[in-house]
Amino acid sequence: MTNIDQYKVHQEPFYQAQGDEVALYEAAYAARLPVMVKGPTGCGKSRFIEYMAWKLNKPLITVACNEDMTASDLVGRYLLDANGTRWLDGPLTTAARIGAICYLDEIVEARQDTTVVIHPLTDHRRTLPLDKKGELIQAHPDFQLVISYNPGYQNLMKDLKQSTKQRFVGFDFEYPSATVETEILAKETGMDIGVSAKLVKIGATARNLKGHGLDEGISTRLLVYAATLIKAGVEPRAACRMALVRPITDDADIRDTLDHAIDAVFA
Amino acid sequence: MINTPLDTYWQELDCGFPRVAEVFPDCMNAALAVLSPEGVTAYIAQARFLGKMGRGAEPILIFLEEWPEVSRHAGEDALPFVMEFIRKMSKSPNSKAITPFLQSLPATARRLHTQALLRDYLVIAHDLMERTTGSVHGIHQTFPSPGLPEMFKHIPELLAHLSLGGLKNWVDYGVLYYNDNPDRQVEYFSLQSADSRAVLQRERHGVLLVDNERKLSLYLRGMWQDEDMLIPYSVAFEEQTKPVPYYDKLGIRMPDVYDDASGITGLDRYRALLAHMAGHRRWTTTIIADNMSPFQRMAVECLEDCRVEYLAMQEYPGLRRLFMALHPIPTEDACDHTKESGVRHRLAMLSRAILDVNHPYKNTQLIEFKDKFFSLMKQGDGSTQEIAELAISFVARTRLQSDNLPTTYFTDTVVEYRDDNRQMWQFIEEGDEEEAFDEQRKIEPGEELKGLPPRHYHEWDYNNQSYRPDWVSVYEGLHPKGNPADIDRLLEKHAGLAKQLKKMLDLLKPQDKVRIRYQEEGSELDLDVALRSLIDYKSGSSPDVRINMSHRNDGRSIAVMVLLDLSASLNEKAAGSDQTILELSQEAVSLLGWAVEKLGDPFAIAGFHSNTRHDVRYMHIKGYSEDWNDEVKGRLAGMKASYSTRMGAAMRHAAHYLEQQTADKKLMLILTDGEPADIDSKDGRILIEDAGRAVQELDQKGIYAYCINLDPKADEYVKDIFGKQYTIIDKVTELPMKLPQLFISLTK
Repeated sequence: MTNIDQYKVHQEPFYQAQGDEVALYEAAYAARLPVMVKGPTGCGKSRFIEYMAWKLNKPLITVACNEDMTASDLVGRYLLDANGTRWLDGPLTTAARIGAICYLDEIVEARQDTTVVIHPLTDHRRTLPLDKKGELIQAHPDFQLVISYNPGYQNLMKDLKQSTKQRFVGFDFEYPSATVETEILAKETGMDIGVSAKLVKIGATARNLKGHGLDEGISTRLLVYAATLIKAGVEPRAACRMALVRPITDDADIRDTLDHAIDAVFA
Repeated sequence: MINTPLDTYWQELDCGFPRVAEVFPDCMNAALAVLSPEGVTAYIAQARFLGKMGRGAEPILIFLEEWPEVSRHAGEDALPFVMEFIRKMSKSPNSKAITPFLQSLPATARRLHTQALLRDYLVIAHDLMERTTGSVHGIHQTFPSPGLPEMFKHIPELLAHLSLGGLKNWVDYGVLYYNDNPDRQVEYFSLQSADSRAVLQRERHGVLLVDNERKLSLYLRGMWQDEDMLIPYSVAFEEQTKPVPYYDKLGIRMPDVYDDASGITGLDRYRALLAHMAGHRRWTTTIIADNMSPFQRMAVECLEDCRVEYLAMQEYPGLRRLFMALHPIPTEDACDHTKESGVRHRLAMLSRAILDVNHPYKNTQLIEFKDKFFSLMKQGDGSTQEIAELAISFVARTRLQSDNLPTTYFTDTVVEYRDDNRQMWQFIEEGDEEEAFDEQRKIEPGEELKGLPPRHYHEWDYNNQSYRPDWVSVYEGLHPKGNPADIDRLLEKHAGLAKQLKKMLDLLKPQDKVRIRYQEEGSELDLDVALRSLIDYKSGSSPDVRINMSHRNDGRSIAVMVLLDLSASLNEKAAGSDQTILELSQEAVSLLGWAVEKLGDPFAIAGFHSNTRHDVRYMHIKGYSEDWNDEVKGRLAGMKASYSTRMGAAMRHAAHYLEQQTADKKLMLILTDGEPADIDSKDGRILIEDAGRAVQELDQKGIYAYCINLDPKADEYVKDIFGKQYTIIDKVTELPMKLPQLFISLTK
């Protein structure tokens, strides 16, 4: 039998609410409505789901989607063993059986035909047919499906079908406001408010450049990385270059501008 | 006693010009102070030569006056080289250039500073003389160099912006292109022609705004959430009035180039300027100018500048390093208050004191106002109005009788990264001293441009292995329309061929997901194979271990640009056919367009021809976002051929569209019937080499250029342009069949 405990979130994850999203999620879960969280990368989507799983005391199964993922990676497949073949449940099937929150991270990365398998689970049927095995799973009453989705890719190929989109209630995440983000950095890493505010300022500079050579601004996650490095004794400018600038761009002009911003902020 | 040696020198000089006699004693005194005894002897001897040269009094006069100054910079032993050059000029038809040469010599020596550089400079000048002298009609050494005296007249300006290497390139360019046109040569060397200035701009030292426009826009946007046009103005050709940066509703005006200064790079100087202006744009409000005197306005501007910089530094403390380095430090008692007005000086000191905690000033009033400024800023951001009140009281408190003196103390009072603050003032009455320049320059809204403005492309010149900047103008327009039914008729005519093509196309069509069976490792178990293996295993024979299967993406991502040469030669009849090459091309391209449309690859079609470098026409037939519809077919049906083939420019222009496609592979098919040529290009190699260069540029952009050449004699040049990426179709009549097939095999 599956060990449910391994999927439980035991420690309270730090999550700074930006609005009434916690209450709204609780309402959605009470009705077992499938949830979609949207927002730029590293703004706290996964952390929010983790926090909610902890708050509701439900197991959480996370699947990171990629473009090579097939339906059988989600649902399950036959494997070989000494006596022949054996069926192995995929993460989605497991979640439906044990009543977990199944979190499909970056769902647009998965191929479109893959996403179709979640359809029967996300409407009134709440079933998962395993066609290869010839089994129809009735989802556990506690089961809920959550997907995350980054609309910032701006790629025609990487968008959800309407038939998929219209099965979810949605939460829109943004990078937190400067004060909230400063607080998050300070709480998450123990960094003092002054340096945190400076990091947030550099983050804002990069976010202003989104669409002008940057696909995505500096995420809260990267800011946390930078703060962690500074906290560990790395020289702030070097830490910022390493954690904030080098990962996000190869464009020399942008790199130069951001490096200058770092120098201007950390004088 | 003093007169005796002078008289001796005068006798040695043996000069009859009365004008020389007047200045000789003064010159000699200057020379004796600088030159060694041998130097003086040589000085007199060479002056004597110049006096006897038969060019009037001018050369000897200038020489006598200027040489002591020159020798201070370049050393007196530079004289033989200089004289050698003068002798050469006097022996050639260029003796008229001697006077401007001598005239420019002190400025040149001052700028170059060392003898070695001066000698290099003489080599360049000599080279220019040799190459531009007297070959106009093939009669050796008869006509003087038109450009030489012009260059001497402009040499101070040139050296202010160019290193000697840059000067050499600039001279080479002029010699190369204007050697056979004396009038144009004079224009070039007197810095009047556009390309003379363009080459000067290219060769100059310092950080150019055009090269860094994107960085600076990103800076403005990223750090100041501001955006505007960055418009360069030239500082090279305005010696008298130095323009000051400013911004208005049309954009931000900045110098076209900044050299590094006080340890700050040119780029950072631009950033300091932008930070200052962004500060104004964010924090400055307009105030009414009418009630203030000019002094009061100056003070308000200065303190407001300080305020926005203070606020900007609160935001980005790192700016302080730039401002501190660039702000001048006026010396406290440098200004003599009895003789000159010290208003600017006082304000510059106050501004420095506000910026720099460790300022050297002791003046109590200055320090009092500095403290007042900071106590004002402690209460918040302050406002332009509050600053104005502070500034007015500063003017009132520090007023001196001498402030109205006509001479003003200027040294160290100009802060270069500050704009002229014109946006700060609102004038209720149009005064009699200010003229409202802005009023007449309104842009009428709704006035639309007719046709697209030309795009300029460089052209490669293999002779001196460099690009000619902005050499070719490409005008883009829609191709005139014809009757789309003609194209449909052509397709019907080739229905048999189309059927054949269709079969090939179906094979090419992307399947997207392809199953690969018999894999040892794969994403999924292939149940059929697995069971067979298991049976084998159970029955004792060795099982096949390749029981998995996986998938492969078989997508197709190719963007295509078909570039058609529409030069006049296409109107000729193809060998062995009644049709012209143009008609055959039309059929071929129609079939190709139909085929590519079936495949679903993004593709575009354009034609080009040229009538000199000033008029390259690029005619849009189909764009990437357009479907293969009647509109497009109409344009294709209307294809007309005329003029010549300037291929490089057309390829560069087409590439800028293809470049923006997101496909993995980018293919540019160029259909042409002859070598690149144009009527203004005498040297046939130039356009071939340029096209070859364009292919290399495309390659760097990830574009694969492929040429389909209909010229049976193309072997001679096409390899030089396209390397191995070409096909020659000898039988032009087969083109409609060959072209789509070629495309299919290229993209398989």
